Amino acid sequence: MEIMSVELDVFVGNTTIMDEEVYQFWLDGYTVSDAVKVRMEGGVLEECEASAEVLQSDTMDQYRTFQMCERLLHTPAKLANQLLFQIPPHRQAMLIERYYAFDSAFVREVLGKKLSKGTKKDLDDVSLKTGITLKSCRRQFDNFKRVFKVVEELKGPLVENIQTHFLLSDKLARDYAAIVFFANNRFETGKRKLQYLSFQDFAFCAGQLISNWTVGAVDNMVEDMDVDLDKEFLQDLKDLKILITDKDLLDQHKSLVCTALRGKTKVYSEMEANFKNLSRGLINIAAKLTNTKDVRDLFIDLVEKFIEPCRSDRWTAADMKLFLIHYTNSAHILDTFKHQVTWDRYMGVIKSCILKMYHD
Amino acid sequence: MPGKLKAKILAGRHLPVMDRASDLTDAFVEVKFGNTTFKTDVFPKSLNPQWNSEWFKFEVDDEDLQDEPLQITVLDHDTYSANDAIGKVYIDIDPLLSTEAATVISGWFPIYDTIHGIRGEISVLVKVELFSDSNRFRQSSCGVKFFSVFCNTRDALHLSCPAPSIPRCYRLAAVHGFVEELVVNEDPEHQWIDRIRTPRASNEARQRLISLMSGELQRKIGLKVLEMGGNAVVGYLQCFDLEGESGLVVRAIGTACTLEKPGSLPPSAPSASPSMETKECVPSPGRRSTLASPVLSVGSSQLSQGFSLSVPALSFSGMTLQLQGGAEFPFFTFTRFPPGFLLHVGGVVSARSVKLLDRIYNPDEPETRDAWWEEIRQEIKSHAKALGCHAVVGYSESTSICDEVCILSAAGTAAVLDPTLMQEGCLDDGGEHRYCVFCHVPYDDFNSPFPAHLAQCCTCGRHKVPDVLFTTIELPREAKVSGKGCLIQARLCRLKKKAQGEASATAVSNLLPFMEYELHTQLMNKLKLRAMNALFGLRVQISLGENMVVGLASATGVYLNALPSPGGVQIAGKTPGDTAQEQHISNMQRKINDTIAGNKELYEINPLEVAEDVSGSPIPEPQRRPRLFRSVSESSTEVPELDLAYGRKDAFVLEIDDTDALEDMHSLLTDAPAPSGFYSCNTEVMPGIYSWTSAVQMFTSVRMFRLGNANLTNQGVNKAFNDLCEDLLKSLYFKVRSMVPCCLCHLNFSVAVPEEELVQVTVTAAAMTFDKDAALTTTLPAAQIGMFVYFLSLKVFTWFQPLSPALSVFPASSVDYGSFADRCSTLVELIKVKAQTMRRGSIKTISSLETGSPLLRDRSRSVRSTHSYSSNAVTVVKMTPLSFIPNTRIIKYLGIINMFFIRETSSLREEGGVSGFLHGFITEVFAMVRAHVAALGGNAVLSYQMKECVFMENPNKNQAQCLINVSGDAVILVRHTEVSRLH
Repeated sequence: MEIMSVELDVFVGNTTIMDEEVYQFWLDGYTVSDAVKVRMEGGVLEECEASAEVLQSDTMDQYRTFQMCERLLHTPAKLANQLLFQIPPHRQAMLIERYYAFDSAFVREVLGKKLSKGTKKDLDDVSLKTGITLKSCRRQFDNFKRVFKVVEELKGPLVENIQTHFLLSDKLARDYAAIVFFANNRFETGKRKLQYLSFQDFAFCAGQLISNWTVGAVDNMVEDMDVDLDKEFLQDLKDLKILITDKDLLDQHKSLVCTALRGKTKVYSEMEANFKNLSRGLINIAAKLTNTKDVRDLFIDLVEKFIEPCRSDRWTAADMKLFLIHYTNSAHILDTFKHQVTWDRYMGVIKSCILKMYHD
Repeated sequence: MPGKLKAKILAGRHLPVMDRASDLTDAFVEVKFGNTTFKTDVFPKSLNPQWNSEWFKFEVDDEDLQDEPLQITVLDHDTYSANDAIGKVYIDIDPLLSTEAATVISGWFPIYDTIHGIRGEISVLVKVELFSDSNRFRQSSCGVKFFSVFCNTRDALHLSCPAPSIPRCYRLAAVHGFVEELVVNEDPEHQWIDRIRTPRASNEARQRLISLMSGELQRKIGLKVLEMGGNAVVGYLQCFDLEGESGLVVRAIGTACTLEKPGSLPPSAPSASPSMETKECVPSPGRRSTLASPVLSVGSSQLSQGFSLSVPALSFSGMTLQLQGGAEFPFFTFTRFPPGFLLHVGGVVSARSVKLLDRIYNPDEPETRDAWWEEIRQEIKSHAKALGCHAVVGYSESTSICDEVCILSAAGTAAVLDPTLMQEGCLDDGGEHRYCVFCHVPYDDFNSPFPAHLAQCCTCGRHKVPDVLFTTIELPREAKVSGKGCLIQARLCRLKKKAQGEASATAVSNLLPFMEYELHTQLMNKLKLRAMNALFGLRVQISLGENMVVGLASATGVYLNALPSPGGVQIAGKTPGDTAQEQHISNMQRKINDTIAGNKELYEINPLEVAEDVSGSPIPEPQRRPRLFRSVSESSTEVPELDLAYGRKDAFVLEIDDTDALEDMHSLLTDAPAPSGFYSCNTEVMPGIYSWTSAVQMFTSVRMFRLGNANLTNQGVNKAFNDLCEDLLKSLYFKVRSMVPCCLCHLNFSVAVPEEELVQVTVTAAAMTFDKDAALTTTLPAAQIGMFVYFLSLKVFTWFQPLSPALSVFPASSVDYGSFADRCSTLVELIKVKAQTMRRGSIKTISSLETGSPLLRDRSRSVRSTHSYSSNAVTVVKMTPLSFIPNTRIIKYLGIINMFFIRETSSLREEGGVSGFLHGFITEVFAMVRAHVAALGGNAVLSYQMKECVFMENPNKNQAQCLINVSGDAVILVRHTEVSRLH
């Protein structure tokens, strides 16, 4: 016979008590009862001679605390000078870092998509597909969007801006920079052929693009410097076309690369046979980047035009590296080719991106 | 015109959006004191306004300064309609009125609204210039210091010997006696106007009124203290009685004292004799129930511990009055005493009285209420006399109100105080102070006021001691205990018929004696089951509800070496021959025996060893001490029979005559012990644990349960209440499990019956960790103290190594930031202090750091490699219900904190239901207390109490309201180790 029911149950510590494990459950969107179940299985009960009711009460209480904190986590800088919760600095850092952490499965689904209401509506599909709770998907999505909105209009380097406003670790701030950059340029990442790439692959590429191809790479005090690609540079890329349109140059380039690689790779003959196609592929990508549509397709183009042909010829990563080095460097020896600066700026990024993307 | 109050409004931050269109706010501030109001300019379109106002100056009487709070209102300017209030800050000016407390109030305060809670923060600067007061007939009592608890005897003594050159806070020069006062008013919530004003206006009126009333009360008490020749109130205890229709009573008791800064010469003892009118006892409806339990007297202390320097000179003008039979009450509100203060303890004395409330017609002359309390105090006094004692220590008063019925309660510990101390003002350290003296009864066998089981003292074998001892005070430091103590609670819930007025009062009065008796029995049984023989810090609370009365008694049980070992508990059946029952009883008996044996092990009670220890140690022959007050049976010439006394296992017999008793027995046995690694007590610290660390986590937990509408029986509700308390304790242990080994200290349960079938339990305590491996003996001979401190500072030195050579270089990672941050902030404090005491700037590194924050900034940079978010880092403020934090030293008392808040909501569901609402509110209250302390320049609140937490809900209307009253002493603390490092 249940003679009593607990109507009210709260616990407030002068120093706010937060259990990291429960915090993770909350972030992952577990309901209180699910979290209690998992905790019971985790053995915390025996450890502390507690009962299921105790766990239930504790979990509820912690969830409430997190909910109250959430408002502050939206502007992490406030967490440090707010008076409501007394939280030691290292715990604050933990709270922020975990709140802004995201699942790589989730980010792969929305990377490059517009962070709009429409995308948010589709989150239940994402949730279904990834097995991440809808609640957690929403938090992650809102985090992306919040960071995007704040840094969008700011001057100065993207990663630093994110760190200043959201107090994230260097690593996490870089990841967010990638997410913001991809969202802003709407790079296609969802195609089937790109599925084999991880978020970290893309994040690496984003880093390359940000530090070499954006306005900020040249002038570091303009708005949007790190989010938008340098238009002038994209325009200049058209000049590279000469490498494939001028037959002499193309042949010269090929022979230089072949000379350098002969005997150093097992796929020499395949490379030699395919050189012109590969070179055309890379340079056509460069020449088309003035179109927004083609910018979006940068990664899919790289895969289709370059990575796939090489992969079918069974190039190893070492082969790839060797080829790209010599392909880039040989262009410097071509005396009629005048666009060395543009070439280096283009190939530097393309080379590292391809190397990162060239895996199974 | 004795004072000028100056306030400056600097800036705001995190303000709420008040204009939906622009998502911004046009904020300005009104600063009000008394009837004068100033305004700042409007700072348009900002959530972080920078007003940088001029100094607003108020020229006021110091009487007003004491009564009134400074009221700061933040508003949103609106051109077309009325300005919207964002929220308010009330600042108590009192700490600025004493020259020795805070000199400036400066800091960020949460802006509080009774409907929305905290809405942003405001930075304020407040100063007071006092002119010398030439008026002899003044009404103010500026400069009288108030302390929630004052602890002259440093409690963490075992742990840490203070460096001699550190300024001691205060020295107790004289104790003048008991002071009390009460003021009454109509409750704004129950005035007719409340029907037409907004809830916000009503709440604010109430908050303001209570603030005014407590200011007035404090001033009046201060006046009495001045009359008595004192300069401080120690053990100040202020309470509110929300009497509903009949009004609002704010009352306070305390002990008037003369404190002085150490080093100064003791003043010629002031001998002002307060002319207390004897108040006429107004006959009133009501009955009383009283209970006096046997207790014993505590004797002299051990003076060899190196703190005899700080032993106060005591002069008792109050005492003298009492002995002459004056109206003065020889009561003392504190629970800890300077060594030698207590000579004998006679027992717990308590008195209750049930009254019918009626409207207070003339608030300026609250005679009825005064008379009620007078009556109760007289009763307490006579109980004490009956126990052969002339004083009552650890005295407190409380009420419980339900509709128009009110229970007034008072309790304390009857005691005999040391006459040598009182007369000479110095301690006779030539005399030997035995650990057991305080256990000897102050009355003799034949004149015993009640049938008491007296035995020979187990330590000296020369005097009589009672078999058990109950007291309301802390365990005297000189007491010798075996093993550790534990929290013991008696819980009781009794149904009562719903009735009105006098009928209800009669029902309650009839019930009370039975409840007292049962609580007492439960305490006794539980004590025996734990193999202990004394209770300290006993607090019995009786709470009145419409259809039930709830009783909760909490105390800390210990095994006093001087008292006889408790015999076992024996059960006897009433009907011999009933084999089934006999079987049952023998099972039960076995269980009980096992429990007792288990508890002995659990609490490490091993009295025999201690006895040998004692007899083996060179304790000199007990010298006779002069006893002026009462001749104790010192003539006991019987041969000491130590062994006999121990062997005397006169078992405590429990008769089981019906199923009720069986149930009770069951509940006794099902009281779960604390999980391993945990201890709990309701005294300041746990007897038997001495190696505390300075890690303190203060918390408040509130639970409320509703009894089902099933057929309620006494047994059923009793069990439900018992389960609630047990579950609550379990939850608390679980919450602080990361602190193990840990003790919940000063566990303060308070119970209320806010509505029919609703029981609310509020707990405040401090979880403190201790060093399990520190093999410290209970007493530390003076010679060892030095060594121990040396050991401690060595340990801490390693912590500090990264800091010491170049203060600006902090290791980036691999540091435990928690304690690190802690250390940094205290270090900053310390450096400030250092700068104050040195005033020379002879050490360059230190003077350059004087500004305080660079250190903090450095610290957070080490957390965040690139960005600092700490330019305005918030001061860490520790809070504890104890009067100290282990391993720290109080370098300044900044003043008493006494705050009252109301919070109301009409969107209960949206705020997360009752739990969400209350969770948020308590969090906000903590934040406001911390902010006020930080603004005074403090870093801790000691003797913190949540004295009131009145919760009301109306779920059907989606509404709830809560009133919270908190108090404590704001102080500046530094770690001992840091202090000694600086010197």
